[in-house]
Amino acid sequence: MDVEGEVPAAAAAAVANGLGGAEPSPAPICAEQLDVEAYAAQYTGRTRLGRLLFIAERCGVEAVELEALRMAYDEIKRGEDTMFHRDVALKIKARLGPRYLLDQAWTDSINRRAEQRKEKLESELNGYRTNLIKESIRMGYNDIGDFFYAHGHLSDAFKSYIRTRDYCTTSKHIVQMCMNVILVSIELGQFPHVSNYVSKAEQTPDTLEPIIVAKLRAAAGLAYLATKKYKLAARKFVETGPELGSNYSEVIAPQDIAVYGALCALASFDRSDLKSKVIDNINFRNFLELMPEVRELVNDFYSSRYGSCLEHLEKLKPNLLLDIHLHEHVETLYMDIRHKAIIQYTLPFISVDLNTMAAAFKTSVSMLEKELAALITENKIQARIDSHNKILYARHADQRNATFQRVLQTGNEFERDVKSLLLRANLIKHDFNQRAGQRKM
Amino acid sequence: MESVETLVAHIQGLSGSPEELAHLHNLLRQADGESLRAHSAGLLPFLAQLNPQAHSLGFLYLLEAFASSASNLRAQGGGDFLVTVAEFLISCSADQIRLAPDKFLCACRMLKNEVIQLNAPIRGIAPLRAAIRKIQTSSEELTPIHADYLLLCLLAKQYKAGLSILEDDILEVDQPKDLFLYCYYGGMIYVGLKKFTTALEFLHNAVTAPMSSLNAISVEAYKKYILVSLIQNGQVPSFPKYTSSTAQRNLKSHAQVYVDLASCYIKGSYSELEEYIQANADKFQSDNNLGLVKQVLSSMYKRNIQRLTQTYLTLSLEDIASSVQLNTPKEAEMYVLRMIEDGEIHATINQKDGMVSFHEDPEQYKSCEMVEHIDSSIQRLMALSKKLTSIDENILCDPAYLMKTGRERGGRFDYDDFDSVPHKYF
Repeated sequence: MDVEGEVPAAAAAAVANGLGGAEPSPAPICAEQLDVEAYAAQYTGRTRLGRLLFIAERCGVEAVELEALRMAYDEIKRGEDTMFHRDVALKIKARLGPRYLLDQAWTDSINRRAEQRKEKLESELNGYRTNLIKESIRMGYNDIGDFFYAHGHLSDAFKSYIRTRDYCTTSKHIVQMCMNVILVSIELGQFPHVSNYVSKAEQTPDTLEPIIVAKLRAAAGLAYLATKKYKLAARKFVETGPELGSNYSEVIAPQDIAVYGALCALASFDRSDLKSKVIDNINFRNFLELMPEVRELVNDFYSSRYGSCLEHLEKLKPNLLLDIHLHEHVETLYMDIRHKAIIQYTLPFISVDLNTMAAAFKTSVSMLEKELAALITENKIQARIDSHNKILYARHADQRNATFQRVLQTGNEFERDVKSLLLRANLIKHDFNQRAGQRKM
Repeated sequence: MESVETLVAHIQGLSGSPEELAHLHNLLRQADGESLRAHSAGLLPFLAQLNPQAHSLGFLYLLEAFASSASNLRAQGGGDFLVTVAEFLISCSADQIRLAPDKFLCACRMLKNEVIQLNAPIRGIAPLRAAIRKIQTSSEELTPIHADYLLLCLLAKQYKAGLSILEDDILEVDQPKDLFLYCYYGGMIYVGLKKFTTALEFLHNAVTAPMSSLNAISVEAYKKYILVSLIQNGQVPSFPKYTSSTAQRNLKSHAQVYVDLASCYIKGSYSELEEYIQANADKFQSDNNLGLVKQVLSSMYKRNIQRLTQTYLTLSLEDIASSVQLNTPKEAEMYVLRMIEDGEIHATINQKDGMVSFHEDPEQYKSCEMVEHIDSSIQRLMALSKKLTSIDENILCDPAYLMKTGRERGGRFDYDDFDSVPHKYF
């Protein structure tokens, strides 16, 4: 009863967050599909909390929202991040009963302990610095970084980790520093730093452990994804080694690698790349096995069963919209994949019946015609539409005519340019320029 | 002081050989100024005693002296006098008038002013055309009369008459103002004939000509350049890098309404463009560009229809109307029809079911005419590139150029420059 009364308030809260209001449409579909608990189990550390809160904000269904918030609350209580705790408690708004309220006593005790610990760490660090022992200073900064990270002061953590850089003596230390910085940067959403430190880590002289390599690949992929370089992102994801497993659960789950890699690859790779780098890639196949749906849709796409491929995609969409990294790219990637599918569908034919094609893509003829017209205008499909008979005809450019046309045009342009050039040269030669200045206006 | 009678007698006697003419020219120059001007009002009857062809030089001096006084023109001007001047310009001897080009230009300008004042610009066209040919030393030379002539053609709406001199390539220019006016008027004449590519060339020259300070002619030319670019190409190219920095910096701010029009056009929405034009109609009107602006507006339909031909093989008139934002299929049919007639698209309309089928360009580049056309292009370009080579050689031999390039190398030549024989031969 209490819960029912809260429904409008939840909607209002969603609107106030500015997120629920913006995307109200996908909300109802996802509720039954997403198993929040199973989803959260894939991750550890702060990313789990971040993802839970993201889901709570975006899903728009109160049951799921509260479930996510409850799990986040429990998780936070085990950690030391008091700010997170306050956030979540405010979001819950006492909807989960008295057990889930803002726990002031807990907060105070944590804060007090944190203050003491911070002082201790800082005095230790000062001691190391006066003794000028490099390794100890590095450890000191590292500890302070860890401390800040645990308490949610991300930018302070970032600064401390960066400071360890001057005191790194072996490549192992450098790699550790890079991994710390990458982790914090991803949380902060500072993706330029991520790619920067990934390349720093890769440049260390010693050969890296396979797990580290896989982690770096995944992080680089995320960075490219965030900057909308889908092709590069796809490369990085499909290159990620199977050693990753669940070892990088504080950032990304292997299932995510499969989804991100597959979607980016579908949107940006050509057919041969898709075959060699995705479908025949043994490493990546391990990831795809984790997500049978994604594997199916990649295979569907490659064997030109676009209808079922697009259907799978639609099914996945609500969940992907709740993914913290992928959500803002879903629409673009889907659009690209759809366009690629249309282009590939038309490629082998001289003429295509639009009715058949519309059926294959599960859309109406007039919608398909519009999409095709847009693609033709962008010069992505070499074809023309017979709107009367609803047939698409491939257009083979007549090389000979095109060459004639271009030659004549180039000739005309050359003639025009040279003439005006001669005229200007003559004007300058006689220095009219100067005189013009004195005489006119 | 000689009387006008003796002067006329001299003119009649000394208009034969070049030596005599030189002597006569001296006499005339002495007589010019006070003495001739003093009698200027009474000179008209003497003109009748002279033959414009045989005594061109003398005739010119007397004519100019007469016309230099505005009161004379007011009293005697109009009808017969203009006929006399026109006849003189047509029949005068080119060798003689080139001795006094300034006087000749004055006479031409006087004629231009007179016919404009009489509101009969068409009467000045033939004499001025003859005058241009007489005073030109080569067809590449731009004379001050060019601009006057084109102005008369424009005023009389005799655009085709203007072509006879516009088709010559101009390379030699004496006064920059002449060039700007020539390019501006020339562009307008081609706009009048709807030959927009050539018009663009002329206006382009007016905009990109070297200038150290901005002038009103190039500003007006730039406005028209924007409009014609939109009609012809659907976009305005940015300034080429050889444009003077003055023009690059200032032109846009002087033609802001037009620059905004161009950016509005690129958005591709007809209604938005129409709204913008209506909001600024009085500005366009005051620049006398409203007609062109309206053509810009209707060119948007054409451009959109042309784009459809790239995409569709057949399309119903209704779909055309809806995709280019025309109100009715009937209007769309009119546009398509007109474009087919103008050769801008290749299509057929099937009126029975209201379908338009678009075709590929039927030109196969196989016909004799096409081969001739290509051949003539090749010949022209070869001549042009020969000219370029010779100019290049001239520059390479130019002492000033060598001095400058020599100085840039530090004024010294390396030892290697002189040592042309390789050492291994020793």
